[in-house]
Amino acid sequence: MSLAVRVIPCLDVHDGRVVKGVNFENLRDAGDPVELGGLYDAEGADELTFLDISASVEGRATTLDVVRRTAETVFIPLTVGGGIGSVADVDTMLRAGADKVAVNTAAIHRPELIGEITRRFGNQVLVLSVDARREPDQPSGYGVTTHGGRKSAGLDALEWARRGVDLGVGEILLNSMDADGTTGGFDLEMIADVRAVVDVPLIASGGAGRAEDFPPAVAAGADAVLAATIFHWRTVSVAEVKQALAAAGYAVR
Amino acid sequence: MTVPGRRVVVLDYGSGNLRSAERALAATGSSVTVTADRRAALEADGLVVPGVGAFAACMDGLRAVGGDEIIAERVAHDRPVLGICVGHQVLFSAGVEHGERTPGCGRWPGVVEQLRSTRLPHMGWNTVDVTPGSRLFADVEDERFYFVHSYGVRAAADDRPDAALSWTEHDGDTVLAAVEDGPLSSTQFHPEKSGAAGARLLRNWVATL
Repeated sequence: MSLAVRVIPCLDVHDGRVVKGVNFENLRDAGDPVELGGLYDAEGADELTFLDISASVEGRATTLDVVRRTAETVFIPLTVGGGIGSVADVDTMLRAGADKVAVNTAAIHRPELIGEITRRFGNQVLVLSVDARREPDQPSGYGVTTHGGRKSAGLDALEWARRGVDLGVGEILLNSMDADGTTGGFDLEMIADVRAVVDVPLIASGGAGRAEDFPPAVAAGADAVLAATIFHWRTVSVAEVKQALAAAGYAVR
Repeated sequence: MTVPGRRVVVLDYGSGNLRSAERALAATGSSVTVTADRRAALEADGLVVPGVGAFAACMDGLRAVGGDEIIAERVAHDRPVLGICVGHQVLFSAGVEHGERTPGCGRWPGVVEQLRSTRLPHMGWNTVDVTPGSRLFADVEDERFYFVHSYGVRAAADDRPDAALSWTEHDGDTVLAAVEDGPLSSTQFHPEKSGAAGARLLRNWVATL
């Protein structure tokens, strides 16, 4: 008996549509998020993550509606990230039907936000999303980025992950900006290095291109694996990822 | 299989994502109301007590709406109650968080303590060692359910020989996954977030109402 490796499709939502581009640029429309969420659920997805990349107030309201409509029909955990900056934002998302929220930039600017959220809602509700890349001038060799990898936050990524856990986050979503969009496989070195410094569940993201890319991410220390592009374009199905994980000897649902 | 006409109240005491519980129970064909109204909670065919977050905060919220008394009164009259996650934990004698002991509803003798697992929270889909003959788990004995918690009950309530206990193991520690004790049932996991298996478990519970 043990936990199954979670396979998590990520839906990058922009103004109510799912989009995906390479390194967050050249966004292409990939469909209706509620419809895709239902499809992934039917394929055996263990959770769904919505990342709101809308810049406008209208876009945010649309994302809230997407969460609400998905929660009506899909009975698996839903995580929402993107633009979460306050306890009130978390409350709004949870009331709409989200089970967890992911914080990123707002927590970098104001780390106290982590404690404010987890004191109110518990640490299981909060995912720290870390967009990391290799930065030789950081002590660990990894730095945190913001704005979809375009800006350096001037933070050591391993130190930030560790601090996030100390401050109370229940989970780390590690997105390798070096691997993101390349479809060349997960960033195994980065996964192992983050795994070594945190005990909370670790979700690996960035770089998946084939079903065979997933088992090595788990071997490197991921408890859950997340991907967007390859699921949206039907390159690989959730079921195929689970078959690959099972064939490698990992428990799946 | 739906069980029409059952009135279920989800007790609203300011804890967590009640919408999911409401929608998942509605999908069983029940008529679901989310409320803290004492009379509605007492008169419903079934009462669901959800709960997310800290034990002490949940007990405060529960007491503020008289939830502990509502549960006691329902159980005394053999009226079904289902606790979920922290709503399962508060049914025990006490919870210990950061060294602070908070009295629970005291329906069962166990104490809620932090898991000894390295990897916490216990988050994800796990198997359950289901007690033979369980009504709650009928036809879903071998399925996985969605857990998200860092605290649990490790010792069995051995003075309740009739209570059916089901267990789950995570990273070296074993805690109660579910209890079925007459009208009072509870799950540490979230059936409302456990897909088709969870939906079946909720239908099994509604069928007992």
